Amino acid sequence: MAGSSSRNHRTSGAAAHLTEPRWVRWGLIALTLGFLGLFLIVPLAAVFTEALGRGWSAYTGAISTPDTLSAVRLTLVAAGVAVPLNLVFGVAAGWAIAKFQFPGKNVLLTLIDLPFAVSPVIAGLIFVLLFGRQGWFGPWLAEHGIRIVFSVPGIILATIFVSFPFVAREIIPVMQAMGRDEEEAARVLGANGLQTFLRVTLPNIKWGLLYGVLLCNARAMGEFGAVSVVSGKIRGETNTLPLHVEILYNEYQFQAAFAAASLLALLAIVTLVLKTIVERHVGRTTVQPGTATDTLS
Amino acid sequence: MSIEVRNIRKTFGTFAAVRDVSFTVGSGELVALLGPSGCGKTTLLRIIAGLEVQDSGTVLLSGEDASTQDVRARGVGFVFQHYALFRHMTVFDNVAFGLTVRPRSRRPDKAEISRRVHDLLKLVQLDYLHDRYPSQLSGGQRQRVALARALAVEPKVLLLDEPFGALDANVRRDLRRWLRRLHEEIKLTSVFVTHDQEEAFDLADRVIIMNRGQIEQDGRPDEVADQPKSPFVMNFVGNVNRFVGTAAAGRATFGPFTVDYPDAVDSTSRPAAGYARPHELEVSRNLTNGGLPARLVHVTPAGALVRLELLDDESRTIVVDLPRVQQEQEQFHAGERLSVIPRRLTIFLEE
Repeated sequence: MAGSSSRNHRTSGAAAHLTEPRWVRWGLIALTLGFLGLFLIVPLAAVFTEALGRGWSAYTGAISTPDTLSAVRLTLVAAGVAVPLNLVFGVAAGWAIAKFQFPGKNVLLTLIDLPFAVSPVIAGLIFVLLFGRQGWFGPWLAEHGIRIVFSVPGIILATIFVSFPFVAREIIPVMQAMGRDEEEAARVLGANGLQTFLRVTLPNIKWGLLYGVLLCNARAMGEFGAVSVVSGKIRGETNTLPLHVEILYNEYQFQAAFAAASLLALLAIVTLVLKTIVERHVGRTTVQPGTATDTLS
Repeated sequence: MSIEVRNIRKTFGTFAAVRDVSFTVGSGELVALLGPSGCGKTTLLRIIAGLEVQDSGTVLLSGEDASTQDVRARGVGFVFQHYALFRHMTVFDNVAFGLTVRPRSRRPDKAEISRRVHDLLKLVQLDYLHDRYPSQLSGGQRQRVALARALAVEPKVLLLDEPFGALDANVRRDLRRWLRRLHEEIKLTSVFVTHDQEEAFDLADRVIIMNRGQIEQDGRPDEVADQPKSPFVMNFVGNVNRFVGTAAAGRATFGPFTVDYPDAVDSTSRPAAGYARPHELEVSRNLTNGGLPARLVHVTPAGALVRLELLDDESRTIVVDLPRVQQEQEQFHAGERLSVIPRRLTIFLEE
């Protein structure tokens, strides 16, 4: 009987004697909520109050200035190039690492994490060092009239660099868990490479993939450090949304700065909502429902 | 359709998985590749399927060299050890997969695919589960879906990797009987890999026993069981008692027993081992009959038999199976000293 009663209570936590005293539980919950409130909720609320402080029309006015719109556009372009490229790279790297044995596999795994380890400012500097006027390829680029640093291509490069681990990181464990059996089965049954990928591999990794894309996109749109080094901050030309927020703020245009910041905050909220939905699906596909009984005559 | 394997070799790094293996499987035959784990049996099966490439040697499918053919072109059905069902597809879609990925010119129309899939699902007695997902099935059901999926492409040969390995004992026995009936019905040339000798003997027309990448013996189940060609086979295909001794000049001696052994032609004595299955030994209370004296330590009923466990004077265990009737008459009990005499000994010279 004891066993069944504790099982009944599992949804509302473990049996009372197995858990911490009440004051510890409530203390921990209060601490966590207090921390979250102070560092997340209050700032988020502040962004929207400041942004909407002078009314809705002031808010839409601040957002629809040409410079802000241009910053939004550039952010979308940078993410629009970086995310698909990193999607392809992530799937390729995930595939190589999860399904094949080759020398240098661990080195590759470590290298994929490099953008997490390197400060974004350094990442930006690398591109200035490579493509800037005094950089390695600088003279050649200048001769051919190609501008990378302080221009859109540089921003895109920096964005790709800082956001590239996300898809690969999400996909590798999913692919490793999947193994090669199903793909081998598909091949024995006569499927070609593309059919195998589209009909067997992709459906198995799609939620992991989507999750990776979401995180990659959030990082691509929100990146400040690396982009700020290569951007040159030419207003209306090489300003992304995060850079634009800083410029407005430094010019004491608080309301406009917060209005622009609210767009980024909205992006974060949308990402979180989508992330929750995707996570629910990821969870659902790994759940194994009870097995049916076997009948064989 | 026959399978012929000629001088196959396969090495993984420094590990020789398959070392010069050749055998033939006749059309309609059901052959078991039997051996302990790591003996190369699964590698060999995967080489026949084309999932693994041999270092040297040839694979012929119905007389044609398939060594350089891609998996997709070989026309084999493969049942994976852990079934490898497509987990995001229903049972129906799993079975239909092989038909739906065909190029348009060879693809049957939808109604035809549906008819064939349902026919196969009826064959494996799972038609009522056609809209379930693999995760909603029991192990035995998954196994049968995997089989139906492999049969859907009308393969020339069927290859099964440890087909019952992941199932519990009862389901395994049922499924084995069912598979034997199915094979009698469709007579598809089949090779299955197993480490379970009972399963191999029960199901196969022929058993190929492998050890360390080589074939130890290839024969009908009764041949392999009654005339093992090597100590390895002797040990592998059932319980066995081993007596150490010597052989010389046509005689072999193991402690108190001496038996004829014409294979030992030399007059110099060589080490030899005599093997006797538990049912090939007799026990008696007569300690002067020239048998090996041993103390009975344990009596276990085992169905129609009674299993006696004895220890000889050098503390080596001897296992004897007696018919239950005999034990009822004799009433041997633990602690008694008995004399053990082999009715039959299989002798191998030691290297």
